[in-house]
Amino acid sequence: MRFVDEFREPELISKTADEIRRLAGTERHYRMMEVCGGHTHAIYRFGLKDILPENIELIHGPGCPVCVLPMGRIDDGLAIAHEPDVIFAAFGDMMRVPGTQGSPLEHKARGMDVRIVYSPADALKLARLNPEKHVMFFAIGFETTAPSTALTIMRARSEGIHNFSVFCNHVTIIPAIRAILDSPDMRLDAFIGPGHVSTVIGCRPYEWIAHNERKPIVVSGFEPLDMLQSIVMLLRQLNAGEAKVENQYKRVVPWEGNRAALKAMAEVFELRPYFEWRGLGFISQSALRINDKYAEFDTEQRFEVPGIRVTDPKAAQCGEVLKGVLKPHQCKLFGRECTPEHPIGALMVSSEGSCAAYYNYEHRKAAMVTLSLAG
Amino acid sequence: MCLAIPGQIIEVKEIGGLRSARVQFGGIVRQVCLDFVPEAAAGDYVMVHVGFAITKVDRLEAERTFRALQEMEGLEDELASSSSESH
Repeated sequence: MRFVDEFREPELISKTADEIRRLAGTERHYRMMEVCGGHTHAIYRFGLKDILPENIELIHGPGCPVCVLPMGRIDDGLAIAHEPDVIFAAFGDMMRVPGTQGSPLEHKARGMDVRIVYSPADALKLARLNPEKHVMFFAIGFETTAPSTALTIMRARSEGIHNFSVFCNHVTIIPAIRAILDSPDMRLDAFIGPGHVSTVIGCRPYEWIAHNERKPIVVSGFEPLDMLQSIVMLLRQLNAGEAKVENQYKRVVPWEGNRAALKAMAEVFELRPYFEWRGLGFISQSALRINDKYAEFDTEQRFEVPGIRVTDPKAAQCGEVLKGVLKPHQCKLFGRECTPEHPIGALMVSSEGSCAAYYNYEHRKAAMVTLSLAG
Repeated sequence: MCLAIPGQIIEVKEIGGLRSARVQFGGIVRQVCLDFVPEAAAGDYVMVHVGFAITKVDRLEAERTFRALQEMEGLEDELASSSSESH
């Protein structure tokens, strides 16, 4: 149990927690999904579950780009990087993600030219510095990240750089939410909307969730108080029988999003007809690819991509956990075959994945309690 | 991985027709692209994700968020994965 006075604003946290308990009462069970992996991480990191009443259940959503990337895409990227004179550049988050023949870091240890970059712009810089090589940037991320990849591709074109391409795995959050809502075994009352994705896309794209699906959604910041306030806002809507899009994170998220960033995405990308999500399967129009105007910078158009498909082990129940049907520890593999050190399922791969977050904070905490009791 | 980190713009420069800035995050200074926040100027605070500023914020918000990210160890991925001033 985390004590409320450990937080920075203990009085406000305590008052907000009281308000949550008052609003939640005891009659009704509330199921809320936090869409963003950053929120999932924060919920476990700050022990927010400990201060919520039992009848508020938080379901962890699909907003962790590393977790939802199918293993076949990693294999595809690494297969291209096996060709002579190719540099594989990716964010640090990707480096430990396993492909069937190991992670990018393990391939590096076997001699592949693998570089960690902080920004897509750094990958372009690598291309400038290594004109005799081809730099492939393995792009992942939601709409927070995609505009930066788009602008980097535009820059490569205007500078006339020919030894640079992007293996595009950018995904879009709205179709994933739609897939979850369409799922027959899904029972959700409300959504905690992603914060930084919304700085780019704004709040309007969520309106169908409120209007058509009659589910409240509150775009939320990442601090404990932000998330507790968002839960208060959701409870007020639910108790009043309302369904609206509200913005708790107004100090950072403009309602209209970032026009310049959206324009860059529209210039370079188009929607794929469908894309596979680990744990969720194929979702139509849920990912971006590079359009014909920028074909020269599209790894998939420049190279022969094997199109590898890897089925996740049957015993891994990532889909059920993603949809909130099972809790992480209820999966048969959790904490035994599947751990953050040896991830089998998608959600154990990144610290933002719900299984890894649960393992790192809850599971270890429980193990320590058991140990100290035994001692 | 969708977290953006707040920092203060120290200096704005045009590099190859693009607006670029030196941005300070705690003790680290990084080169950041300002194309998505054309109105941002020296002294302003911006939220930065993978080397690109995506929105402006006020000083108070920047400081609050920076502290919160420190507490949730959210700065490591964004700031520790490469050297500063890496562009």
